[in-house]
Amino acid sequence: MRVWAIALVALAALISVSLCLGAANLDGEGWLLTVSRIPRTMAALLAGAGLALAGVVVQQVVQNRLVEPSLTGAPEASMLGLLAVTLIAPGMAVAGKMLIAAACALLGMTGFLALARRIPREDPMLLPIVGIVYGGILGAVCVWFAWAKDLVQYLGAWRLGEFSGVMMGRYEWLWAIAALAGLLYLVADRITILGLGETQARSLGLDYGQTRALGLVVVSVITALVLVTVGAFPFVGLVAPNLVARWRGDNLRANLPLVAVGGAALLLAADVIGRAIRYPFEIPAATVIAVFGAGVFLWLLHAAPGARHG
Amino acid sequence: MIEINGLSYRIDGTKILHDVTMRLESGGITALIGPNGAGKSTLLHCISGLETPERGTVRIDGLDPFAAPARDRARAVALLRQSPALVSRLSVRELVGFGRWPHHQGRPGAADRDAVDRALGAFALADLAGRSIATLSGGQRQRAFIAMTWAQETPWMLLDEPLNALDPRHARDLMARLHALSRDAARSIVIVLHDINAAAGWADRIVAMKAGRIVAQDACAALLTEDTLREVFDTPFELLEHRGRKVVVAR
Repeated sequence: MRVWAIALVALAALISVSLCLGAANLDGEGWLLTVSRIPRTMAALLAGAGLALAGVVVQQVVQNRLVEPSLTGAPEASMLGLLAVTLIAPGMAVAGKMLIAAACALLGMTGFLALARRIPREDPMLLPIVGIVYGGILGAVCVWFAWAKDLVQYLGAWRLGEFSGVMMGRYEWLWAIAALAGLLYLVADRITILGLGETQARSLGLDYGQTRALGLVVVSVITALVLVTVGAFPFVGLVAPNLVARWRGDNLRANLPLVAVGGAALLLAADVIGRAIRYPFEIPAATVIAVFGAGVFLWLLHAAPGARHG
Repeated sequence: MIEINGLSYRIDGTKILHDVTMRLESGGITALIGPNGAGKSTLLHCISGLETPERGTVRIDGLDPFAAPARDRARAVALLRQSPALVSRLSVRELVGFGRWPHHQGRPGAADRDAVDRALGAFALADLAGRSIATLSGGQRQRAFIAMTWAQETPWMLLDEPLNALDPRHARDLMARLHALSRDAARSIVIVLHDINAAAGWADRIVAMKAGRIVAQDACAALLTEDTLREVFDTPFELLEHRGRKVVVAR
């Protein structure tokens, strides 16, 4: 219970700061709150929760804690799909773009998983390195494609996620993450069993292939929702699940809500810091999280596994 | 009884199992021995229904593990793979609790909690129940995984080289436990062993494999002869008697 009290108080504090922080004064300007500040805050919370949940699912699927969706080529594959849509059917409805972005993310991740099967498991560092290289190659294709077709500005907006453009009517797709979080909670035990590996999971009678496919589809949809609405953010899916696991273990039935809250708080904190640090100018939340997340990532690489949990 | 009929298995064009036909009697411990690459692990995985053979049939007390629904299969037979060495941060109790998954599918009841407590007790893990398995020693972690498999409460339990990472004391302790438990709980254990003396000391029956075929299958005492062992392992052995027990020494 104490854990939850601390987490929720910290989250409430962050939300209050986020609602009050901005170039304009709120006195007598209540509309500003509903049109801009609340949507912006909610967008950061939902995107953060979604990315953290996506991270934990990918980690269970590949049985490697140092991997997250942005290290599986998913965002880059998604961007490639979105570039193609922008070129071929620029007038496509947002739902269509989301669908294509999600399908491409799934394809990108499937490619990564095919590579991952050939990587020896003994050294956990290999898989994230392969992911970085794989994502880098897909990213390079994106840049080349965008350059050739004069679409570089779109790519810039997707690659460096931030929340300054979030307004009422422009972020509501992110609420789908709340529904996906509910779905993941329903199958939390199954996702935990995935982490025991295919043989053990199947010996327990789990439909391994089906459960893994469900998890990956959810991850793809979350990746697409966040990418299309506010852009890509590195490390959230790595940092939040790892901090929770070190402290509370791997039982997702118990910890999935905490992972979501942790990711939400992390991304909102990054946004708040980005808005405060050079006030009244803004630094993209993705930049802030990249600096902080890289530090935590290095720490995770060196730290020994956590000692004890309830 | 497990009945295996004409089982062949091939991977990437290489035949691993050649037309294996045999019966495994219920009760006690059956040890699978044989040199590296004999197909012991593959046979175990095929019996459990987790690897699909090229040809042949398996019946576990009448159940076809390849055709039966996964949940029914998981209540008939449990397999523990070799060195499940992932660094999970589940607690020991949580891990053992997942052994009950085929029975409750996410909604554990009082019977499931009792089964978990029994499994924790059976493998002397009660004091470690709250510990993260990532922090356990190799021997303790192996015990935790075996306890998970035990909690599955299947009539048949298949263990693939469970003594691998264990020192002699832990290996002996584990075999003694399995020996006693298989009798008390009337469960059948099939276990792949590299240490012939572990088989000689604790198994009721031995199946000897070589190059994907069954070479010999008999009660422990009857199978362990110098001739059979030399044929199986292609190396001479000496058989000694020590306090009424057979001891095998490679010459």
